[in-house]
Amino acid sequence: MKLSERTVWGYRRENGRVGVRNYVAILPLDDISNAACEAVAAHIQGTIALSHAYGRLQFGEDLELHFRTMIGTGANPNVAACVVIGIEPSWTQKVVDGIAATGKPVAGFSIEGNGDIATVAAASRQAKQFVHHATEQIRVECPLTEVWVAAKCGESDTTTGLASCPTVGNMYDKLVPLGLYGCFGETSELTGAEHLAAARAVSPEIAEKFMRTWSAYQREVIEAHKTSDLSDSQPTKGNIAGGLTTIEEKALGNLEKIGKQVKFVDVLQPAEAPARGPGLYFMDTSSAAAECCTLQAAAGYVVHCFPTGQGNVIGNPIMPVIKISGNPRTVRLMSEHIDVDVSGIVKRELTIPQAGDLMIESIVRTANGRFTAAEALGHREFVMTKLYRSA
Amino acid sequence: MEIRPHLLVHDHRDNVGVVVVENLAAGTEMLCVLTEDNSEFRATIRQDVPIGHKVALRDLAVGDTVIKYGQDIGRVVVPIRKGDHVHTHNLKTKRW
Repeated sequence: MKLSERTVWGYRRENGRVGVRNYVAILPLDDISNAACEAVAAHIQGTIALSHAYGRLQFGEDLELHFRTMIGTGANPNVAACVVIGIEPSWTQKVVDGIAATGKPVAGFSIEGNGDIATVAAASRQAKQFVHHATEQIRVECPLTEVWVAAKCGESDTTTGLASCPTVGNMYDKLVPLGLYGCFGETSELTGAEHLAAARAVSPEIAEKFMRTWSAYQREVIEAHKTSDLSDSQPTKGNIAGGLTTIEEKALGNLEKIGKQVKFVDVLQPAEAPARGPGLYFMDTSSAAAECCTLQAAAGYVVHCFPTGQGNVIGNPIMPVIKISGNPRTVRLMSEHIDVDVSGIVKRELTIPQAGDLMIESIVRTANGRFTAAEALGHREFVMTKLYRSA
Repeated sequence: MEIRPHLLVHDHRDNVGVVVVENLAAGTEMLCVLTEDNSEFRATIRQDVPIGHKVALRDLAVGDTVIKYGQDIGRVVVPIRKGDHVHTHNLKTKRW
């Protein structure tokens, strides 16, 4: 069958998007509502609480990012319905309204004046109704290219640039021209390859937007806060153990995951949904795995391809994360974490185009409902990005 | 390919390659493969080097640029001989 005719069995949501999981999310607006959300999730089967550390006294751009991440997470097509719980009603309602714009079932509850117990009781009744709704949804046949696929690599080593990142890149080179939405990020980890990344922008205007974003990260985050040459953090200790020596070397391997041909069509703010139609997008993100994946899920991506060399074990609560490794030692020692073994590339038994086909097969099977290693192992890291200290 | 390579090199301009087998011992004559065209050559490794770590393909002096993927990945800070392990002890970033 031609790649353009491949389909998956997904959930067609109210706004037309395709989801590949069917969660009822219990979303805390703020840190102090985690307990209530966890109580609801413990009581009502088929729900998942998305606890996190923030949401109080944030302001300005940081507060905008908080709302964008909350709303985007609830709006993600892998979520069938959502309960939002916050300490007070006004910000809670703002998140509810944002999610409701997708047309999916959502309801908000606030704790102040009610207490945890009454709030949990009311939210549990609503969550139970949402579970009945979600569990009645039936998977339907959808074009593979309607499955939005993000990528980010972690615990990289030199095999990442030789094998697992080019595998993901080959997948993008094959699927993006057919209409896939892709996404890469990790602003700081493109340092040393920023000129090559900029050259992959679709136009001079987008290349300039990319360079502005990359330069701002250098100036406002790295240069403003560094106490050394960052050699204790970038590359990480794991990267160095795996043979990566400098940020430049790490960045060049990292960039292999956007393939050889595909161009990126826009530069997104953290957690910003793509709006220029199908294509590959660059998102301004931290290079920390859980933060990056959380932001990509909040932008609407429903499957994630995660190349790893030394064996990062990350998952995400609402977006299945597929692990790809080309390191024969990691594949042997940490086999339970690796979904796609491409170590044949460094043994010259497997070509990169063949590995790209394995990647696509894994995306199809994952989209159809097969649990990834991270899902089976219970990895649900949900980590919000915070831009600066609260007021 | 019949024999599994010991070392892979991305680009013909590179002056380092990557060890892709475990337990590679000093003195081994390595089968090296240039991935861009699958051409082969031989080189002898001078130290035990772990899988994933780099080996110099020529002598390098302090201040020289180390090239991988055909690109600058940093500067040499300790003289390096062909076949030496290249890592944080003799190669540093030019950034940050």
